[in-house]
Amino acid sequence: MNQTNSASEPDPALPGLSQPGLTQAGPIQSGTAPALAAGPVVAFHNVSIAFDGPPVLQDISFSVAPGETRILLGPAGVGKSVLLKLVNGLLRPDEGSILLFGDEISKMPEERLFPLRTRTGMVFQEGALFDSLTVRDNVAYQLIQEQVPDEEIDRRVHEALSFVELDQTFSLYPDSLSGGMRRRVAIARALIRQPELILYDSPTGGLDPVTSTTIIELVMKERDVYRTPSILVTHRLQDAFTLSTHRFDPDQGSMVPLPQGHADPNTTYLMLEEGRLIFDGSIHELVHTDNKFVREFLQ
Amino acid sequence: MHLNRQMQLIENNETALNCGRPWDEISAYHRVILALPPATQHRRLVATGPIPPSCDILSMHERLPSNRRVRVNSGIPANKMATPIDRTAKRVVLTVQDYSLFAHRAVMNLFRPPRYGSEFLIQADIIGVGSAFIVLLSGFFTGGVLALQSAATLSEFGANGLTGRFVGLTMIRELGPVLTGVMVAGRNASSMASELGSMVVTEQIDAMRALGVDPMRKLVTPRLFACISMLFFLTILADAFGILGGGFVTVVMNHQDGFQYFSTAWESLRYPDIVQGLVKPLFSGFIIASIGCFFGMRTSGGTQGVGRATIQAVVFSSVSIIIADFLLTQVLLSLLARA
Repeated sequence: MNQTNSASEPDPALPGLSQPGLTQAGPIQSGTAPALAAGPVVAFHNVSIAFDGPPVLQDISFSVAPGETRILLGPAGVGKSVLLKLVNGLLRPDEGSILLFGDEISKMPEERLFPLRTRTGMVFQEGALFDSLTVRDNVAYQLIQEQVPDEEIDRRVHEALSFVELDQTFSLYPDSLSGGMRRRVAIARALIRQPELILYDSPTGGLDPVTSTTIIELVMKERDVYRTPSILVTHRLQDAFTLSTHRFDPDQGSMVPLPQGHADPNTTYLMLEEGRLIFDGSIHELVHTDNKFVREFLQ
Repeated sequence: MHLNRQMQLIENNETALNCGRPWDEISAYHRVILALPPATQHRRLVATGPIPPSCDILSMHERLPSNRRVRVNSGIPANKMATPIDRTAKRVVLTVQDYSLFAHRAVMNLFRPPRYGSEFLIQADIIGVGSAFIVLLSGFFTGGVLALQSAATLSEFGANGLTGRFVGLTMIRELGPVLTGVMVAGRNASSMASELGSMVVTEQIDAMRALGVDPMRKLVTPRLFACISMLFFLTILADAFGILGGGFVTVVMNHQDGFQYFSTAWESLRYPDIVQGLVKPLFSGFIIASIGCFFGMRTSGGTQGVGRATIQAVVFSSVSIIIADFLLTQVLLSLLARA
């Protein structure tokens, strides 16, 4: 199922916008998978998991290459969040193997998983901020555990909060923040140690379109500025396609559309249906697939 | 082969499935297809209407499109199927096993870094200082009641002078430790279960794990040892205020000699009594924190689940304290012979 796409010419089916004057050299090939020379950051091999009933995920195999952003699509309740929690060992599979940074983690003791998890960042569905701690202490949670000096912590927290444009919330408590602000603080918390992999669990779920766009812009900024590999779970196609058809422009400080029919080559798609991976490919392949379920989902 | 199988709809038996024909109208063959996992279904069939209590379908699990889960037994003859008693027994054994592993891990964490000293102090403050007022109040009035009751009984034998001895020994050996344990269980086992339970349902525990911090070390172990150590001191406080309460009643209400009360209370005390009274709170502290944290950490089912976990924590810890007190008394009485 894992594809290497070939479409070099712009794809007319893509919902990209026409925008001249892109700074990137030459057209981007839609769906060209990134080089796997360094080995995958994450690799699933025939992973299955069940909770007191029918399997939630069955026979899942895919990988995430360095610099790659994988967007996990699927209707609600299909097992997307479960899959994400398997990636950093928050859940254990019943069958199959999971490699994280080259280490097999499916049977790794919890104690050995903690150091691995510090190399990943995770943004939870509702933010999962610690409600008894200030924004500063939430964002600096890992640094505080590592006993980093206070001055250093403050500097890095300000830096992370500036990245998500929420520097003014430094001393506030999470309950005084809006839903969108909480997600952005959660992103700042996930990014503060510059992780080698970021896992976003429906970061725009339940948010209004404007706030969703702000969050997606932050995800894009992290992708394009730091080139951090990531897995993003969503059931919002609009967010997924925005990530493929736009790039973050550091000069303008905002996202800009790629030329008509072009897509980010490092952003690829996975789709789940009833616990099975039914699609793994580029946006080009996604919009041209014959799979009936995918087509229904896209429509 | 698919005959005589039973199907049970979890939640209720009267839910309507998405669309299609009623269950009663579809053939046994189609019911077999429905029972197969989605990947092996030749075509998708969906039935509607109430599901009959028994149905001729193949043994499989199936998640129906309405997300109502239908459980079909796995072909085990009806007389060999697990009864509700079997299932409950297995669940109880599994819970006890989980609790034992949980408690073992919580204790062993003390001997391996990282240790969270500041968390221990915070919890010691919450449990110790926070519970001091209710413990001393309950101790004082329990001592007072003991003095009232014992004076009434002892006066029948002309032994009013033994009130101090009676109150002192009862408070130190039995009522001080048990009362303190039950009071702290009501206050702190519930708060531990609800706090950790809320963290579980809002994914804060998962977030902590994802950030590379072990919630067992960070949240459970400090609570456990703070509760054990604080219960020790709270029991001493309860004992002292219980004897004071008894003294207050003896002097002010029963108009007896206060010096006699306190001197008989003091003179009747032996080391085994004190040891017995101070060993019990160590166990009670362990029970309160381990049960409170255990039910909190295994919370599921949203806010309702938090409420359920809180109730379970208080009930199980209070009952366990009393049972443990009985067993400990037996053991300690045989070990510590009173001169």
